[in-house]
Amino acid sequence: MNDKGKIVTGLVIFVAIMTFPFWYNMGKAAPIPQPKLTKKAKAAKVCVAPAEYMRSEHMQLLDTWRDTVVRDARRIYVGENNKMFNMSLSNTCIDCHSNKAEFCDKCHDYASARPYCWDCHIDNPKEKK
Amino acid sequence: MESSRRNFLKIAGVSAIAVSARPVLDAFASSEEKPESRGLRGVDALKATHWGMVIDTREFRSSADVEPIIEACHKVHNVPELQDKRHEIKWIWEEEYHHAFPDKVNKFLNTRVEHLPFPVLCNHCENAPCCRVCPTKATFKRESDGIVLMDFHRCIGCRFCMAACPFGARSFNFRDPRPFLKETNSDFPTRMKGVVEKCNFCAERLAVGKMPACVQASNGAIAFGDLDDPKSKVRRLLKRNYTIRRKQNLGTEPSVYYIV
Repeated sequence: MNDKGKIVTGLVIFVAIMTFPFWYNMGKAAPIPQPKLTKKAKAAKVCVAPAEYMRSEHMQLLDTWRDTVVRDARRIYVGENNKMFNMSLSNTCIDCHSNKAEFCDKCHDYASARPYCWDCHIDNPKEKK
Repeated sequence: MESSRRNFLKIAGVSAIAVSARPVLDAFASSEEKPESRGLRGVDALKATHWGMVIDTREFRSSADVEPIIEACHKVHNVPELQDKRHEIKWIWEEEYHHAFPDKVNKFLNTRVEHLPFPVLCNHCENAPCCRVCPTKATFKRESDGIVLMDFHRCIGCRFCMAACPFGARSFNFRDPRPFLKETNSDFPTRMKGVVEKCNFCAERLAVGKMPACVQASNGAIAFGDLDDPKSKVRRLLKRNYTIRRKQNLGTEPSVYYIV
Protein backbone atom coordinates (compact mmCIF):
# COMPACT_ATOMS: atom_id res chain seq x y z
CA MET A 1 0.00 0.00 0.00
CA ASN A 2 2.69 2.45 -0.96
CA ASP A 3 0.45 4.35 -3.36
CA LYS A 4 -2.38 4.80 -0.90
CA GLY A 5 -2.40 8.58 -1.33
CA LYS A 6 -2.57 8.41 -5.11
CA ILE A 7 -5.30 5.79 -5.11
CA VAL A 8 -7.48 7.70 -2.66
CA THR A 9 -7.03 10.96 -4.57
CA GLY A 10 -7.88 9.19 -7.80
CA LEU A 11 -10.99 7.68 -6.26
CA VAL A 12 -12.12 11.01 -4.87
CA ILE A 13 -11.68 12.67 -8.28
CA PHE A 14 -13.48 9.79 -9.98
CA VAL A 15 -16.46 9.94 -7.61
CA ALA A 16 -16.60 13.73 -7.91
CA ILE A 17 -16.71 13.58 -11.71
CA MET A 18 -19.21 10.75 -11.81
CA THR A 19 -21.62 12.44 -9.47
CA PHE A 20 -21.10 15.90 -10.94
CA PRO A 21 -24.37 15.86 -12.99
CA PHE A 22 -26.32 15.10 -9.83
CA TRP A 23 -24.71 17.91 -7.87
CA TYR A 24 -24.94 20.30 -10.74
CA ASN A 25 -28.65 19.72 -11.36
CA MET A 26 -29.64 19.47 -7.72
CA GLY A 27 -32.86 21.33 -7.02
CA LYS A 28 -33.28 22.26 -10.66
CA ALA A 29 -35.80 19.55 -11.53
CA ALA A 30 -38.36 20.75 -14.03
CA PRO A 31 -41.76 21.22 -12.38
CA ILE A 32 -44.36 18.56 -13.09
CA PRO A 33 -46.25 19.82 -16.12
CA GLN A 34 -49.83 20.97 -15.75
CA PRO A 35 -51.47 20.64 -19.16
CA LYS A 36 -54.02 23.38 -19.75
CA LEU A 37 -57.54 22.62 -20.88
CA THR A 38 -59.26 24.76 -23.46
CA LYS A 39 -62.61 26.32 -22.67
CA LYS A 40 -64.29 23.78 -24.87
CA ALA A 41 -62.63 20.87 -23.09
CA LYS A 42 -63.53 22.30 -19.70
CA ALA A 43 -67.14 22.79 -20.72
CA ALA A 44 -67.39 19.23 -21.99
CA LYS A 45 -66.29 17.96 -18.54
CA VAL A 46 -65.87 14.36 -19.71
CA CYS A 47 -63.39 13.02 -22.21
CA VAL A 48 -64.01 9.83 -24.21
CA ALA A 49 -62.86 7.91 -21.12
CA PRO A 50 -62.20 8.94 -17.50
CA ALA A 51 -59.42 11.52 -17.20
CA GLU A 52 -57.35 9.18 -15.07
CA TYR A 53 -57.44 6.53 -17.77
CA MET A 54 -56.76 9.03 -20.52
CA ARG A 55 -53.74 10.38 -18.67
CA SER A 56 -52.04 7.02 -18.47
CA GLU A 57 -53.45 5.06 -21.40
CA HIS A 58 -54.28 7.52 -24.20
CA MET A 59 -51.56 6.04 -26.39
CA GLN A 60 -53.07 2.56 -26.15
CA LEU A 61 -56.48 4.02 -26.86
CA LEU A 62 -55.21 5.83 -29.95
CA ASP A 63 -53.40 2.73 -31.10
CA THR A 64 -56.60 0.67 -30.86
CA TRP A 65 -58.57 3.43 -32.53
CA ARG A 66 -56.38 3.40 -35.58
CA ASP A 67 -56.70 -0.36 -35.94
CA THR A 68 -60.47 -0.38 -35.53
CA VAL A 69 -60.88 2.48 -37.98
CA VAL A 70 -58.50 1.34 -40.68
CA ARG A 71 -58.82 -2.41 -40.41
CA ASP A 72 -62.35 -3.04 -39.11
CA ALA A 73 -64.04 0.05 -40.60
CA ARG A 74 -65.61 0.80 -37.24
CA ARG A 75 -65.36 4.53 -36.64
CA ILE A 76 -67.75 5.24 -33.82
CA TYR A 77 -66.48 4.93 -30.29
CA VAL A 78 -68.94 4.39 -27.49
CA GLY A 79 -67.56 6.24 -24.53
CA GLU A 80 -68.76 6.96 -21.03
CA ASN A 81 -72.56 7.02 -20.58
CA ASN A 82 -72.90 5.56 -24.09
CA LYS A 83 -71.85 8.83 -25.64
CA MET A 84 -70.69 8.39 -29.26
CA PHE A 85 -67.46 9.78 -30.61
CA ASN A 86 -65.87 9.72 -34.03
CA MET A 87 -62.55 7.91 -33.62
CA SER A 88 -60.32 10.58 -35.07
CA LEU A 89 -57.27 12.26 -33.66
CA SER A 90 -57.54 15.42 -35.75
CA ASN A 91 -61.31 15.71 -35.75
CA THR A 92 -62.26 14.55 -32.26
CA CYS A 93 -59.31 14.85 -29.86
CA ILE A 94 -57.90 18.01 -31.35
CA ASP A 95 -61.34 19.51 -31.75
CA CYS A 96 -61.51 19.92 -27.97
CA HIS A 97 -57.82 19.96 -27.14
CA SER A 98 -56.95 22.47 -29.80
CA ASN A 99 -54.08 23.85 -27.75
CA LYS A 100 -51.42 21.32 -28.68
CA ALA A 101 -48.54 23.37 -27.28
CA GLU A 102 -50.20 23.75 -23.89
CA PHE A 103 -51.76 20.32 -23.74
CA CYS A 104 -49.98 17.55 -25.65
CA ASP A 105 -46.52 19.04 -25.80
CA LYS A 106 -46.36 19.93 -22.10
CA CYS A 107 -46.18 16.33 -20.91
CA HIS A 108 -44.53 14.93 -23.99
CA ASP A 109 -41.65 17.34 -23.62
CA TYR A 110 -41.37 16.62 -19.91
CA ALA A 111 -41.32 12.86 -20.52
CA SER A 112 -39.10 13.27 -23.57
CA ALA A 113 -41.69 11.43 -25.62
CA ARG A 114 -41.63 12.33 -29.27
CA PRO A 115 -44.71 10.85 -30.91
CA TYR A 116 -44.77 11.29 -34.69
CA CYS A 117 -48.55 11.75 -34.85
CA TRP A 118 -48.20 15.27 -36.21
CA ASP A 119 -46.05 14.29 -39.15
CA CYS A 120 -49.27 13.23 -40.84
CA HIS A 121 -52.22 14.22 -38.69
CA ILE A 122 -53.04 17.86 -38.89
CA ASP A 123 -52.43 19.32 -35.44
CA ASN A 124 -54.76 22.25 -35.59
CA PRO A 125 -57.48 21.93 -38.20
CA LYS A 126 -59.31 25.06 -37.07
CA GLU A 127 -56.25 27.25 -37.28
CA LYS A 128 -55.96 29.14 -40.55
CA LYS A 129 -52.43 29.67 -41.70
CA MET B 1 -38.97 -35.18 5.53
CA GLU B 2 -36.25 -36.75 3.56
CA SER B 3 -35.42 -34.68 0.53
CA SER B 4 -35.49 -36.64 -2.67
CA ARG B 5 -35.48 -35.75 -6.32
CA ARG B 6 -39.18 -36.64 -6.48
CA ASN B 7 -40.11 -34.28 -3.64
CA PHE B 8 -38.03 -31.48 -5.07
CA LEU B 9 -39.74 -31.73 -8.45
CA LYS B 10 -43.18 -31.81 -6.83
CA ILE B 11 -42.53 -28.64 -4.89
CA ALA B 12 -40.99 -26.96 -7.92
CA GLY B 13 -44.03 -27.83 -10.02
CA VAL B 14 -46.55 -26.53 -7.50
CA SER B 15 -44.60 -23.30 -7.06
CA ALA B 16 -44.44 -22.76 -10.82
CA ILE B 17 -48.23 -23.04 -11.05
CA ALA B 18 -48.69 -20.72 -8.11
CA VAL B 19 -46.43 -18.08 -9.62
CA SER B 20 -47.95 -18.21 -13.10
CA ALA B 21 -51.61 -18.42 -12.09
CA ARG B 22 -51.96 -14.80 -11.07
CA PRO B 23 -51.06 -13.11 -14.38
CA VAL B 24 -53.26 -15.57 -16.30
CA LEU B 25 -56.23 -14.89 -14.06
CA ASP B 26 -55.61 -11.16 -14.29
CA ALA B 27 -55.55 -11.32 -18.06
CA PHE B 28 -58.85 -13.20 -18.12
CA ALA B 29 -60.46 -10.82 -15.65
CA SER B 30 -59.42 -7.71 -17.60
CA SER B 31 -60.33 -9.02 -21.05
CA GLU B 32 -64.00 -8.59 -20.31
CA GLU B 33 -64.38 -4.85 -20.74
CA LYS B 34 -61.61 -2.53 -21.70
CA PRO B 35 -62.54 1.04 -22.52
CA GLU B 36 -60.67 0.90 -25.82
CA SER B 37 -62.41 -2.18 -27.15
CA ARG B 38 -65.67 -0.45 -27.93
CA GLY B 39 -66.25 0.46 -31.55
CA LEU B 40 -69.24 0.67 -33.82
CA ARG B 41 -69.84 1.15 -37.50
CA GLY B 42 -71.54 4.43 -38.39
CA VAL B 43 -75.25 4.13 -39.14
CA ASP B 44 -75.02 5.94 -42.47
CA ALA B 45 -71.99 3.98 -43.68
CA LEU B 46 -72.37 2.51 -47.17
CA LYS B 47 -72.14 -1.25 -47.15
CA ALA B 48 -70.89 -3.74 -49.71
CA THR B 49 -68.96 -6.98 -49.73
CA HIS B 50 -66.91 -6.14 -52.82
CA TRP B 51 -66.68 -2.53 -53.90
CA GLY B 52 -66.11 -2.06 -57.59
CA MET B 53 -66.03 0.68 -60.18
CA VAL B 54 -67.19 0.98 -63.77
CA ILE B 55 -65.70 3.83 -65.77
CA ASP B 56 -67.63 4.79 -68.87
CA THR B 57 -64.90 6.22 -71.08
CA ARG B 58 -67.43 7.14 -73.76
CA GLU B 59 -68.20 10.15 -71.59
CA PHE B 60 -64.68 11.51 -71.93
CA ARG B 61 -63.51 13.57 -74.87
CA SER B 62 -60.24 15.08 -73.74
CA SER B 63 -58.08 15.71 -70.71
CA ALA B 64 -60.41 18.53 -69.73
CA ASP B 65 -63.03 15.93 -68.80
CA VAL B 66 -60.67 13.87 -66.66
CA GLU B 67 -58.75 16.63 -64.89
CA PRO B 68 -61.57 17.74 -62.56
CA ILE B 69 -61.90 14.14 -61.38
CA ILE B 70 -58.20 13.92 -60.59
CA GLU B 71 -58.28 17.27 -58.87
CA ALA B 72 -61.26 16.32 -56.71
CA CYS B 73 -59.50 13.18 -55.49
CA HIS B 74 -56.16 14.81 -54.85
CA LYS B 75 -57.73 17.70 -53.01
CA VAL B 76 -59.73 15.50 -50.65
CA HIS B 77 -56.77 13.28 -49.84
CA ASN B 78 -54.08 15.93 -49.51
CA VAL B 79 -52.09 14.56 -52.42
CA PRO B 80 -49.20 16.94 -53.12
CA GLU B 81 -48.30 18.26 -56.51
CA LEU B 82 -44.61 17.70 -57.14
CA GLN B 83 -43.16 19.00 -60.37
CA ASP B 84 -40.29 16.52 -60.49
CA LYS B 85 -41.65 13.43 -62.27
CA ARG B 86 -39.52 11.09 -60.18
CA HIS B 87 -41.13 12.34 -56.99
CA GLU B 88 -44.65 12.48 -58.33
CA ILE B 89 -47.51 11.30 -56.09
CA LYS B 90 -50.69 10.12 -57.78
CA TRP B 91 -53.84 8.36 -56.67
CA ILE B 92 -55.71 8.68 -59.95
CA TRP B 93 -54.16 9.85 -63.19
CA GLU B 94 -54.48 9.84 -66.98
CA GLU B 95 -53.02 7.16 -69.17
CA GLU B 96 -53.38 6.55 -72.87
CA TYR B 97 -54.82 3.29 -74.13
CA HIS B 98 -51.45 1.80 -75.17
CA HIS B 99 -50.13 2.13 -71.65
CA ALA B 100 -53.29 1.34 -69.76
CA PHE B 101 -54.11 -1.80 -71.73
CA PRO B 102 -50.82 -3.00 -73.22
CA ASP B 103 -52.18 -6.53 -73.68
CA LYS B 104 -55.16 -5.35 -75.73
CA VAL B 105 -53.41 -3.22 -78.34
CA ASN B 106 -54.34 -4.07 -81.88
CA LYS B 107 -52.24 -3.09 -84.85
CA PHE B 108 -54.96 -0.71 -85.99
CA LEU B 109 -56.95 1.05 -83.33
CA ASN B 110 -60.07 3.12 -83.28
CA THR B 111 -58.96 6.78 -83.37
CA ARG B 112 -61.17 7.85 -80.49
CA VAL B 113 -59.82 5.16 -78.16
CA GLU B 114 -56.24 5.59 -79.26
CA HIS B 115 -56.02 9.20 -78.07
CA LEU B 116 -58.52 9.10 -75.25
CA PRO B 117 -57.24 9.87 -71.75
CA PHE B 118 -58.15 6.94 -69.52
CA PRO B 119 -58.46 7.70 -65.82
CA VAL B 120 -56.52 4.95 -64.06
CA LEU B 121 -56.21 4.22 -60.35
CA CYS B 122 -55.61 1.38 -57.93
CA ASN B 123 -57.65 -1.57 -59.15
CA HIS B 124 -58.34 -2.98 -55.69
CA CYS B 125 -57.53 -6.42 -57.06
CA GLU B 126 -59.08 -9.55 -55.65
CA ASN B 127 -55.66 -11.21 -55.64
CA ALA B 128 -53.66 -8.13 -54.85
CA PRO B 129 -49.93 -8.78 -55.26
CA CYS B 130 -49.12 -5.72 -53.11
CA CYS B 131 -50.76 -7.32 -50.08
CA ARG B 132 -48.80 -10.53 -50.58
CA VAL B 133 -45.43 -8.82 -50.61
CA CYS B 134 -45.97 -6.32 -47.80
CA PRO B 135 -43.69 -7.45 -44.97
CA THR B 136 -45.50 -5.49 -42.28
CA LYS B 137 -49.09 -6.05 -43.43
CA ALA B 138 -49.40 -2.30 -43.85
CA THR B 139 -51.22 -3.01 -47.09
CA PHE B 140 -54.06 -5.42 -46.69
CA LYS B 141 -57.29 -6.45 -48.30
CA ARG B 142 -60.18 -5.59 -46.05
CA GLU B 143 -62.26 -8.74 -45.84
CA SER B 144 -65.47 -6.89 -45.09
CA ASP B 145 -65.62 -4.83 -48.29
CA GLY B 146 -62.78 -5.93 -50.57
CA ILE B 147 -60.92 -2.62 -50.51
CA VAL B 148 -57.14 -2.84 -50.70
CA LEU B 149 -56.18 -0.44 -47.95
CA MET B 150 -53.04 0.95 -46.43
CA ASP B 151 -52.25 1.53 -42.81
CA PHE B 152 -49.78 4.38 -43.23
CA HIS B 153 -48.67 3.99 -39.63
CA ARG B 154 -47.23 0.61 -40.39
CA CYS B 155 -45.61 1.31 -43.75
CA ILE B 156 -41.85 1.12 -43.47
CA GLY B 157 -41.26 2.37 -46.99
CA CYS B 158 -39.62 -0.77 -48.36
CA ARG B 159 -41.47 -0.28 -51.69
CA PHE B 160 -41.96 -4.00 -52.33
CA CYS B 161 -45.59 -3.16 -53.12
CA MET B 162 -44.52 -0.68 -55.77
CA ALA B 163 -42.46 -3.39 -57.44
CA ALA B 164 -45.31 -5.87 -57.12
CA CYS B 165 -48.12 -3.67 -58.45
CA PRO B 166 -48.46 -4.21 -62.21
CA PHE B 167 -50.47 -1.01 -62.58
CA GLY B 168 -48.06 1.53 -61.13
CA ALA B 169 -50.80 2.60 -58.76
CA ARG B 170 -48.46 3.33 -55.89
CA SER B 171 -46.31 6.36 -55.18
CA PHE B 172 -43.53 6.81 -52.71
CA ASN B 173 -43.01 9.95 -50.67
CA PHE B 174 -39.41 10.75 -51.43
CA ARG B 175 -39.94 14.14 -49.81
CA ASP B 176 -42.07 15.56 -47.07
CA PRO B 177 -45.33 16.21 -48.93
CA ARG B 178 -46.57 19.06 -46.75
CA PRO B 179 -44.73 21.96 -48.40
CA PHE B 180 -46.18 20.88 -51.75
CA LEU B 181 -49.81 21.02 -50.71
CA LYS B 182 -51.64 24.06 -52.01
CA GLU B 183 -54.38 23.64 -49.46
CA THR B 184 -54.98 20.98 -46.85
CA ASN B 185 -58.18 19.17 -46.13
CA SER B 186 -58.22 18.98 -42.37
CA ASP B 187 -60.53 15.95 -42.32
CA PHE B 188 -57.87 13.73 -43.83
CA PRO B 189 -54.26 13.32 -42.69
CA THR B 190 -51.30 14.03 -44.91
CA ARG B 191 -48.48 11.55 -45.30
CA MET B 192 -44.89 11.75 -44.15
CA LYS B 193 -41.62 11.25 -45.93
CA GLY B 194 -40.83 7.57 -46.45
CA VAL B 195 -44.25 5.99 -46.87
CA VAL B 196 -46.03 4.64 -49.91
CA GLU B 197 -49.53 5.78 -50.77
CA LYS B 198 -52.31 4.98 -53.20
CA CYS B 199 -56.03 5.26 -53.81
CA ASN B 200 -58.14 3.95 -50.93
CA PHE B 201 -61.48 3.86 -52.79
CA CYS B 202 -62.43 6.69 -50.43
CA ALA B 203 -62.91 4.31 -47.51
CA GLU B 204 -63.19 7.33 -45.21
CA ARG B 205 -66.04 8.76 -47.30
CA LEU B 206 -67.89 5.45 -47.64
CA ALA B 207 -67.82 5.18 -43.85
CA VAL B 208 -69.89 8.35 -43.57
CA GLY B 209 -72.26 7.56 -46.41
CA LYS B 210 -70.57 9.51 -49.19
CA MET B 211 -69.62 8.23 -52.63
CA PRO B 212 -65.93 8.41 -53.62
CA ALA B 213 -64.70 11.85 -54.64
CA CYS B 214 -63.93 10.81 -58.24
CA VAL B 215 -67.40 9.33 -58.66
CA GLN B 216 -68.98 12.54 -57.44
CA ALA B 217 -66.84 14.70 -59.70
CA SER B 218 -67.39 12.57 -62.80
CA ASN B 219 -70.94 13.69 -63.72
CA GLY B 220 -72.05 10.10 -63.92
CA ALA B 221 -69.16 8.79 -66.00
CA ILE B 222 -67.92 6.68 -63.10
CA ALA B 223 -70.25 4.25 -61.34
CA PHE B 224 -69.47 2.72 -58.00
CA GLY B 225 -71.16 -0.13 -56.20
CA ASP B 226 -71.18 -3.66 -54.90
CA LEU B 227 -69.88 -6.19 -57.43
CA ASP B 228 -71.33 -9.02 -55.34
CA ASP B 229 -74.85 -7.65 -55.61
CA PRO B 230 -76.45 -8.55 -58.97
CA LYS B 231 -78.90 -5.67 -58.59
CA SER B 232 -76.27 -2.98 -58.00
CA LYS B 233 -75.63 -0.19 -60.47
CA VAL B 234 -72.23 -1.53 -61.43
CA ARG B 235 -73.50 -5.02 -62.11
CA ARG B 236 -76.31 -3.66 -64.26
CA LEU B 237 -73.81 -1.62 -66.26
CA LEU B 238 -71.55 -4.64 -66.64
CA LYS B 239 -74.44 -6.71 -67.90
CA ARG B 240 -75.46 -4.14 -70.49
CA ASN B 241 -72.04 -3.07 -71.77
CA TYR B 242 -68.89 -4.75 -73.00
CA THR B 243 -66.12 -3.89 -70.56
CA ILE B 244 -62.39 -4.42 -70.26
CA ARG B 245 -60.06 -4.52 -67.29
CA ARG B 246 -56.39 -3.68 -67.09
CA LYS B 247 -53.87 -6.51 -67.56
CA GLN B 248 -56.47 -9.16 -66.89
CA ASN B 249 -54.11 -11.90 -68.03
CA LEU B 250 -52.01 -11.41 -64.88
CA GLY B 251 -54.82 -12.87 -62.81
CA THR B 252 -55.00 -10.18 -60.17
CA GLU B 253 -58.75 -9.72 -60.85
CA PRO B 254 -59.07 -5.92 -60.85
CA SER B 255 -62.28 -4.41 -59.49
CA VAL B 256 -62.19 -1.45 -61.89
CA TYR B 257 -63.93 -1.98 -65.25
CA TYR B 258 -63.79 0.23 -68.34
CA ILE B 259 -66.51 0.66 -70.92
CA VAL B 260 -64.81 1.64 -74.18
